[in-house]
Amino acid sequence: MLRRLEPLKSWEGVLLVILIGIVIFNSSMTPHYLQFQNQINLFQLHIEKVIIALIMTFIIINAEIDISVGSVMALAGCVMGYLFEKGLPFELCVLAGLLTGALTGAFNGFMVAHVKMTSLIVTLSGLIGYRGLAHVLLENRSVGNFPEWFDRLGQKPLVGPFPFALILFFLLLIIALIILQWSGAGRYVFVIGNNSEVARYSGVNVRRVKMTLFIISGLVSALGGLLLAARLGSIRGDMAIGTELEVITMVLLGGVSIFGGTGSLFGVLLSILIILNLRNGMGLLNVPGENQTGVIGALLILSVLGPNIWLGISESWNRRHVQRTRVGEEEKGG
Amino acid sequence: MMDQLKRYFRPEQLREMSLIALIVFIFLFFGSQIEGYFSPRIFNRVTSDVAIIAVVALGETLVLLTRNYDLSVGSIVGLTAFFIGKQLTAYADMPPGLAMLLAIGAGSSLGLINGLLVAYARIPSIIVTLGTLAIYRAVLVAYPGNKIVVINDLPPWVSEFGSIQLFSIGEFDIRPVVAGAFVMFVIFQFVTTYLRFGRQLYAIGSNPEAARIGGLPSQRIVLSAFILCGAIAGLAGFLYLVRYGNLNTAAAQGMELKAIAAAVVGGISTNGGKGTIMGALLGALMINLLQQSLLRWLVISNFWVDALLGLLILTAVFIDSVIINRLSELWNRRDQEINPLDEKKTIKEKKSNAA
Repeated sequence: MLRRLEPLKSWEGVLLVILIGIVIFNSSMTPHYLQFQNQINLFQLHIEKVIIALIMTFIIINAEIDISVGSVMALAGCVMGYLFEKGLPFELCVLAGLLTGALTGAFNGFMVAHVKMTSLIVTLSGLIGYRGLAHVLLENRSVGNFPEWFDRLGQKPLVGPFPFALILFFLLLIIALIILQWSGAGRYVFVIGNNSEVARYSGVNVRRVKMTLFIISGLVSALGGLLLAARLGSIRGDMAIGTELEVITMVLLGGVSIFGGTGSLFGVLLSILIILNLRNGMGLLNVPGENQTGVIGALLILSVLGPNIWLGISESWNRRHVQRTRVGEEEKGG
Repeated sequence: MMDQLKRYFRPEQLREMSLIALIVFIFLFFGSQIEGYFSPRIFNRVTSDVAIIAVVALGETLVLLTRNYDLSVGSIVGLTAFFIGKQLTAYADMPPGLAMLLAIGAGSSLGLINGLLVAYARIPSIIVTLGTLAIYRAVLVAYPGNKIVVINDLPPWVSEFGSIQLFSIGEFDIRPVVAGAFVMFVIFQFVTTYLRFGRQLYAIGSNPEAARIGGLPSQRIVLSAFILCGAIAGLAGFLYLVRYGNLNTAAAQGMELKAIAAAVVGGISTNGGKGTIMGALLGALMINLLQQSLLRWLVISNFWVDALLGLLILTAVFIDSVIINRLSELWNRRDQEINPLDEKKTIKEKKSNAA
């Protein structure tokens, strides 16, 4: 019987049990919960964070961190809004927004990979500075009235019941899965995360990998900012504040080590489902937004505390198991 | 001549002196740009603001020295300010001293939670305090009753406390808040320079592994750094309440970033074990002076403040990691040259120099 439960001993197994618990609780609260449309809405409401969590997984496995994502989202949105206000063709504004993201990412990456500054402090100054630039561009205004196709892309389903952002997420998920779990480039990410010195001596181009990751992170954050703008229909300088908290929680709860080198996208996917369903459940219970964020914060701490404790338990269980078998063998031998 | 100079100044001191020069420059520059910049009114306002952020930065510095972060200080300041405000609204006859002690107690218990999770549960401080940043704010929002503190509901001493003057030089008042903050800085400068506890903070920060092997009670020291940081943030919460009076649930939001920025600009290394308390004070002074001046300078919009702040942090860390390190190497190399044991090497170098 216990052997049947063996796969559940991994952290992913624990996450799965938690997820099932939350889903059962939520569906007992309201019958509409398990409807297909509600599940899609669940994703749609936080789709930007979910998409950014994919690249954040890479970055944290690589033993770096990027806490500027929320500010990059706002900056990319504000660059787009600012240029749109100035009367540039809208497609060009979208491109400029994405380019802004890539540039901020390249800047972060350069500071981390080439100047060798800590990613935490680089992105901390980004967190303050990029948000400041966003405010410089739009001040207190909010920009809206985007072309109709843009709003529709963010608010209406594109294919069947699926909105554009959700389809994009699944595409990116598949690409990320292939790169991280099954390709050589993914191995590099893990190796550098484990020990960047060893990786360097083994001929891995550490700088290039880190640089690429940060550029993609900036680009994806900008994409997230534009998706948020499309979903809300307007842009403000103070949008997407605190995104980094939730994104990092999603990644760490998924079993990715904050010290780098271990983790998988499957775990992150499970933790994304947990957080989305948990938020939905709290919404059903009328918990206000800030308190939901507080619960996410508690989850963040638990997500590091949990695996530690779990490791301890399963190790001691294993030890006892081994001891018992040994005792059994000795008895047999004696 | 050069050697003489070098005996007196270390690169770190050079850094602090250039910071002072920069502050004086900012002061003079905006003085020439803004009308009435040197007036007592602006002086009083700026010093009161600097006092609060500097106190928070002081607590943050103690944690940064041990190679940890405390991102939750903004929420601690907000929560204690709100909590004390609510208590004072309910019990108007509470004496000021008790309210202050209550704030310090509340702050240190919040710091205790951080410290226990970091030191004993071994969770990286960035994760713990990013989490408690959200949790403490949520506690503030979940606090029963209405979500604001209004100065009219508070006892009259609160609004008077901020503006009474301890003594004044000409028309420039020195308020108790400012004097208190300065005294705290002097005390903690002494503690970190001469007392065992202070040196232990540096030891753990510069090499945690060596400190542990050397027999320092690392966990206990990191815990006490977090508790102290919380207590100081609690005190800052009290000052915040006294200074502003009207609070909502977003009180002191983002103050953690300013505190870290002040410390980093002041030369505290985020890798721990480097920097002085007085440096943090200079950093806080510089950031706040810049912010307050830009607010009053009409040439560029005040939305530039945060963008400049980000750039400032980056520049400060860049200078530390590149230029100061180079200078330190230079200093150490010269020291070796003077050392008679290295005579051979010196002669060789002299020859090559001559050639």
